[in-house]
Amino acid sequence: MKITKEEVLYVANLARLNVDEEDVDKLAVQIGNILSYMDTLGKADTDGVEPTTHATHLTNALREDVVHTHPGMEMTLANAPEREDGMFVVPKVVG
Amino acid sequence: MSLHKMTLTEAHGLLRHKKISSRELTEAMLSRIDTVDPKVGAYLTVDKEGALAAADAADARLAKGEGGPLTGLPVGLKDLICTKGVKTTCASKMLENFIPTYDATVVEKLKTAGAVFPGKLNMDEFAMGSTTEHSAMQVTRNPWDLTRFPGGSSGGSAAAVAGDLCLASLGSDTGGSIRQPASHCGVVGMKPTYGRVSRYGLVAFASSLDQIGPMTKSVEDCALMMESISGYDPRDSTSVPKEVPPYRELMKADEGQGLSGMTVGVPVEYWEAEGVDPEVMAAVTHAKELLESLGARCVPVSLPHTEYAVAAYYVIAPSEASSNLARFDGVRYGLSQRDGEDLLSLYKRTRSEGFGEEVKRRIIIGTYALSSGYYDAYYKKASQVRTLIMEDFSQAFKACDFIISPAAPTPAGKIGEASDDPLEMYLSDIFTLSANLAGIPGMSVPCGFTGQGLPVGLQLLGRHFDEATLLKVAWHFERAADISKARPTL
Repeated sequence: MKITKEEVLYVANLARLNVDEEDVDKLAVQIGNILSYMDTLGKADTDGVEPTTHATHLTNALREDVVHTHPGMEMTLANAPEREDGMFVVPKVVG
Repeated sequence: MSLHKMTLTEAHGLLRHKKISSRELTEAMLSRIDTVDPKVGAYLTVDKEGALAAADAADARLAKGEGGPLTGLPVGLKDLICTKGVKTTCASKMLENFIPTYDATVVEKLKTAGAVFPGKLNMDEFAMGSTTEHSAMQVTRNPWDLTRFPGGSSGGSAAAVAGDLCLASLGSDTGGSIRQPASHCGVVGMKPTYGRVSRYGLVAFASSLDQIGPMTKSVEDCALMMESISGYDPRDSTSVPKEVPPYRELMKADEGQGLSGMTVGVPVEYWEAEGVDPEVMAAVTHAKELLESLGARCVPVSLPHTEYAVAAYYVIAPSEASSNLARFDGVRYGLSQRDGEDLLSLYKRTRSEGFGEEVKRRIIIGTYALSSGYYDAYYKKASQVRTLIMEDFSQAFKACDFIISPAAPTPAGKIGEASDDPLEMYLSDIFTLSANLAGIPGMSVPCGFTGQGLPVGLQLLGRHFDEATLLKVAWHFERAADISKARPTL
């Protein structure tokens, strides 16, 4: 399967990754090869087969709605790269 | 006997009879790490202060006649298991300075049991790789041959146990990341049934496949660790509310019977696979004969969808990874590249600088597989094939109690000589990753050496939640094979 440079850049953007110009060609080939290999899946007869997302088939893990103590703002913000007044700081979003 | 060479079980005996203290044992281990680990490179972080404090606390408990079989014993942790106040890096630049504010459930459990943590162990970045060469931090070497890699992704965990740099360790296994390095380093490693061990506090790679499990010097130690870390945890909604059996007791029950009455499944698709090293095949064939001599009966079984397993796995795992790793956005923790002008550039610059090549490749594959227009062809199809693979195992287990195969097709390779074709690396996971897709338990037990002295592991696969059978078989096998006492010289 052939993947174009444009497709690599498009998907990388969806994944919020920059790809260096010199890496795009290599990635396009590698990803193309990997996806070609994935195409062997097409040979499997899966008509009427239910997909599995979890091997143990647990459904609806319910629990009582009990109040727990929150560990506190300090713990939540402990690894914040930048903080202000008990909040995470992000660059300006709206112009 | 040198203290660092002991198994957990042996060291516990000495502690309980007050022949040694946990402080002595921990100091001996820390000094061995100081002198020997520069050669191996297993540890990313060594927490001397924390380890010695835990050792003193353990000694206080033992002096009062309290504590259990893990009290005072040094256990290493793969560096993607969160430890409160101790760096947890996932061997990634993204989390180079990340200090968790809470303990993973397995860490809490081991702390309650009184274990001592000397430090955190190297791995492939975010557990993506099979050699530990994808660590952004350092190279880890195989203690049996320092020019070779230890396997991966739990390469540090395997090398530390093999090199006597801890008495046991925890790794994680998403597609073979415990069993393959255990095989390459000649130690015992178990991937429990999906849901047996809580994933709370394990940095997620592929949530429907990941399991934490033990890496040890003996099967008995593996059973002991399993008793300590298993069990339902309300903080992991995929953990399963099932009793944890007394593995060590079950393992030794009816000892005199050996393995008589047990049936071993020998899957043709694994035993006739192409590209398996002849010395690996010879070692596992010998192991199969040994199991028969212990009374087990071998029957051929078939896992007909094996040919699709690698493709299904490398759609599902990167898809889940692309979603899980979306959390690394430079806002709340981890690396943050803030000199751009807007939010999008914060995301992109942080992620591009923070993630290594293999991680980015898998994120891109996963994003592609989940993107609009491709979802049915890749993710949905792979999830359907997953069902077929699970059914293969259900069918096979109607005819046998457990399944055997090599854990890895080849012994450990030379550092720096692994192919740079990612597909080739993915194909080497052929024997291990079906167990993750099916959610069944698997383990690797040392079963021999190649002519060059490289360890080979026998893989055992069992029914859901039947770790007890695997441990029992492995325990009998270990005693009969008598090779687990062999240690590398460092």
